[in-house]
Amino acid sequence: MNLNKVKLTLAQLRCGQRGIIKDFSTEDVPLKLLEMGCLPGNEVEVIQTAPFMDPMYLNVNGSHLAIRKETALHIEIELID
Amino acid sequence: MSKQINVALIGNPNTGKTSVFNQLTGLNQKVGNYPGITVEKKEGICKLPRGLKAHIIDLPGTYSLNASSLDENVVIELLLNKNDKDYPDVAVVVSDVENLKRNLLLFTQVKDLGIPTILVVNMADRMERKGISLDVERLEEKLRTKIALVSARKNTGIDELKEFIINYKHLSTEPCVNASVIDPEYFDGLRSAYPNQSLYKLWLVITQDVNFGNLSRNELAKTSGFQTKSESDLKRLQQKETILRYQFINGVLKEAMSVDARAAKDLRARLDRVLTHKIWGYVIFFAILLLIFQAIYNWSSYPMDMIDVAFAQFSEWTKNNLPAGAFTSLIAEGVIPGLGGIVIFIPQIAFLFLFISVLEESGYMSRVVFLMDRVMRRFGLSGKSVVPLVSGTACAIPAVMATRNIESWKERLITILVVPFTTCAARLPVYLIIIALVIPDRSVWGFNLQGLTLMLLYLIGFGTAIASAWILNRILKISSKSYFVIEMPNYKLPMLKNVGINVVEKTKSFVLGAGKIILAISVVLWVLASYGPGEKFSNAEEIVSVNYSEENPVSEADLDEEIASFKLRNSYIGIMGKGIEPVVAPLGYDWKIGIAIISSFAAREVFVGTLATIYSVGSDEEETIKNRMAAETNPILGGPLFTFASGISLLLFYAFAMQCMSTLAIVKRETNTWKWPLFQLVGMSVFAYIIALTAFQLLK
Ligand SMILES: Nc1nc2c(ncn2[C@@H]2O[C@H](COP(=O)(O)OP(=O)(O)O)[C@@H](O)[C@H]2O)c(=O)[nH]1
Ligand SMILES: [Mg+2]
Repeated sequence: MNLNKVKLTLAQLRCGQRGIIKDFSTEDVPLKLLEMGCLPGNEVEVIQTAPFMDPMYLNVNGSHLAIRKETALHIEIELID
Repeated sequence: MSKQINVALIGNPNTGKTSVFNQLTGLNQKVGNYPGITVEKKEGICKLPRGLKAHIIDLPGTYSLNASSLDENVVIELLLNKNDKDYPDVAVVVSDVENLKRNLLLFTQVKDLGIPTILVVNMADRMERKGISLDVERLEEKLRTKIALVSARKNTGIDELKEFIINYKHLSTEPCVNASVIDPEYFDGLRSAYPNQSLYKLWLVITQDVNFGNLSRNELAKTSGFQTKSESDLKRLQQKETILRYQFINGVLKEAMSVDARAAKDLRARLDRVLTHKIWGYVIFFAILLLIFQAIYNWSSYPMDMIDVAFAQFSEWTKNNLPAGAFTSLIAEGVIPGLGGIVIFIPQIAFLFLFISVLEESGYMSRVVFLMDRVMRRFGLSGKSVVPLVSGTACAIPAVMATRNIESWKERLITILVVPFTTCAARLPVYLIIIALVIPDRSVWGFNLQGLTLMLLYLIGFGTAIASAWILNRILKISSKSYFVIEMPNYKLPMLKNVGINVVEKTKSFVLGAGKIILAISVVLWVLASYGPGEKFSNAEEIVSVNYSEENPVSEADLDEEIASFKLRNSYIGIMGKGIEPVVAPLGYDWKIGIAIISSFAAREVFVGTLATIYSVGSDEEETIKNRMAAETNPILGGPLFTFASGISLLLFYAFAMQCMSTLAIVKRETNTWKWPLFQLVGMSVFAYIIALTAFQLLK
């Protein structure tokens, strides 16, 4: 098993970290999320997290929104250093 | 006179639709409901140049035409139904210049329906500090529309918008995006089956149920033959469509807009660092709540005292200046005290609506949702339940409606069920008068005991709401797939005009609504208290006078009073009251309070008015209600009726009992069954009785 294959999800980012949205690991991504700008290829930054990292306050491509950790777990990203 | 131009304001939440609406219509507006459902419908008339007029609707905020809630559904139903009397001649899509990319998604959808569409780019006043520059002509050309660069706050660009509205017939109705490329074969089939319909309209009708049920399919009834695709296929196509639209928008904005990030001064980031902080965020939120409640209690007490005295004097004046008779006493003893019972708490309601409106307008409410979501989830609620729970301190009716943006049905239902426990404005008059009677007006360690008691009652209400949510979350077996997305808008200084209109409108409709119930009830009560069956009532004078003679004299005034109270006891209401006394006596109440409680099931605020009506019948002293209540004695135990024990018992009863017909009606409409309102009525009231009983028996 190759550890590099383990996918990084949005839920693992800390405050201030940024990434590029790669894919969704579920069929059931709420359409609303896409409509609010959460699309593959867009940049996402974690602005703030509430206690226990849940919910997460994001800036996706200029759109500011908050989602729960359970949703963030389904969003695969690539970290930007 | 020419026909009015129908205009619909459409846009994402928080883009300034209502502000633009207020600028266009001023106070020339009214708030109603869409038939059958309780989404607020704001409409108004706007005077245009050259003697023309526009009829303007402020539609609920929506992120796209793919409805996922009742509020959003209203928008789509209107846009798909050409026969609706409000069907727009022209749609005005309001967008926020800072979120133009996301806002344009909705614009392209509306435009693709073939409705003439104007784009308002609002918040133009913020462009400079955000380093945004916009090539309006370029954008107009790319989007095939007219664009008004508006600042609703500074009132600029509104005239230009009016010009565009007048000339709506010249707008292009060409679509922006050709949605059919997401599945050409499927769309070709659609086109040949319905050659006369806009393709995008057909697509919307087909996909509506994917996200949200029950769209009535008005003019496009027979699309069912085309549902050859599975729901998940349709969903994938919707995702493709969204991506396609964003590609189009990105292309357009690359050419027409540029943002100089260095020029942007970011207030949001600095404020959020504190306001959504893991510790300070909560400290500040609770400090704000504390401030609000202290302010409401302290600031309103002056106007309230004045109103109380004014109504007592007004009633006295009416009695002295109108010709004596049954009609005058109805006015002076029934109607005026009854209305006094509601007018007296206008200051508090107005303050509450003021604070809530400021919190929402400023964008702070979304931060509270963010902070509280995790905590609330433990109790089966959502972060979005905070808004209803806070609005519930004004009135449960708007609070129940405010649950609509909660995505999960279970979280929403639980919120609806527990909201009536929060201390609404209608409980205040009851609380205030009883606290004034039974809690000493003293300070302990710098805190006023009466203010502290009131705060405690708010906490009890909120605590009970949370605790019962926790229990309901265990009991209710509802599985609902849920996700949670909330926009975190920019911080804004609230606009005076918006807040003002909001406070006036809300207070007005609240007072008028309650006023009608109170008026009706006080008239009924007065009739019941002024007439009685049989000998005892009609011959009260003789029966009472018999007890007195030369040897056993009595002053004129005392005799009158005794006759009055004898009459009251033998009136219709007295007889009814006696009937319920056994039920309420263990709680420490007499029959008059019993009657007040019964009539409170129509609306809580009736309590004070009812007592006022009952007490004032037959009394000709000019007295405030409070003094009358203080003078009452307990028929069974002797001594004053309103003691610490009975007062606390009454406070707790009102804290828990479900006494509001309007709330029950709203809950029925929102949950679509009588099951839940009945559950609330019985559950809460039985609970209230048990707690009040326990409290009185322990304290007496
Ligand atoms: N700076 C600025 N703020 C605005 C403008 N128009 C509206 N706002 C603010 O934006 C917020 C949302 O406005 P509102 O009319 O309630 O938006 P709606 O949700 O679309 O109805 C409020 O805080 C308004 O005060 C504007 O032109 N400039
Ligand atoms: Mg609005």
